[in-house]
Amino acid sequence: MSSLFDRVVGRKRSAQSAKERLQLVLIHDRTDLTPAELDALKDDLIKVIAQHIEIDPQAVQIGLERDGRSQRLVADIPLRGVTRRRSG
Amino acid sequence: MAQVITVTSGKGGVGKTTAVANLAVALAADGKKVVCIDGDIGLRNLDVVMGLENRIVYDIVDVIEGRCRLRQAMIRDKHFEDLYLIPAAQTRDKTAVSPTDMVRVCDELRPDYDFILVDSPAGIERGFRNAIAPADRVLVVTNPEVSAVRDADRVVGILEAEEKYSPALILNRLNLVMVKNHDMLSAEDVLDLLAIQLIGIVPEDEGVIVGSNRGTPVALEQKSRAGQAFRNIAKRMQGHTVPFMDMDKQGKLWDRIQRSMSGRRV
Repeated sequence: MSSLFDRVVGRKRSAQSAKERLQLVLIHDRTDLTPAELDALKDDLIKVIAQHIEIDPQAVQIGLERDGRSQRLVADIPLRGVTRRRSG
Repeated sequence: MAQVITVTSGKGGVGKTTAVANLAVALAADGKKVVCIDGDIGLRNLDVVMGLENRIVYDIVDVIEGRCRLRQAMIRDKHFEDLYLIPAAQTRDKTAVSPTDMVRVCDELRPDYDFILVDSPAGIERGFRNAIAPADRVLVVTNPEVSAVRDADRVVGILEAEEKYSPALILNRLNLVMVKNHDMLSAEDVLDLLAIQLIGIVPEDEGVIVGSNRGTPVALEQKSRAGQAFRNIAKRMQGHTVPFMDMDKQGKLWDRIQRSMSGRRV
């Protein structure tokens, strides 16, 4: 049971935990992707993109998001400031 | 021409059979002609919840295997003239029935009734496939609890993949005190997670068990909150617009749910 004690020690209410855990579980159930497979996908994506454009692999954020009953793969890939090579 | 409505859930024990019995009597009380089919072959239960266990002679497997005519397996309810139950076989398993058999039985009943309610077994295997085969509409029952919501989501995913169903949700056994204490998922939380149409919220109510004990579904009790919730769902099944019950004294939560539903895909 949640109580004043929980609030004082900053423990999350159980309904909130249930919701957050379900949000993650449902995304993985619906996409049939385990967190490990998602990591592998992320590594491959970074590799391919890095072949074409300079990026900071540490800053890349790739994750699954829910939109109603559909899921989307959302990638945020900041590009490194490119210093143009000058000829001559 | 009857509508075939299958009640399913994925997880067991969330209240499918109770929902079928209650919706059946509520529809019958509104003057509708109703047949309930117990789809849980081997684990027959709808008969006891409806209080008809002593009247069974034939069951659905007898019909399918030609040992009796369909009418002979239909048990008339104690309370309503136009409410019937077709019981499940108790000594057979799910393979005794095929999806085609279910479609055939329902098609034979359709011309003479308004609603055919099919009580699906738990799980997503043969018995579930049998139960959804004849469905025009599917109602998914869940509880505000992690395992029940997860299984409901699996079932909704399977129904969507079949593409001919648009399932609607019955959120059963909502405990308002626990929700207020933030120790139970709220109706809003569950709707946000499952993202399907809502057809009713049934509050937790001891009267439901009392009703099952007596074989008299709680929807017949005028004062029961759960009974009122089931009667409202029955009205919505008939196409009436019934506002969601104001279970929370402040009313704000329910306003929000209804607002959140208005923009949702149906």
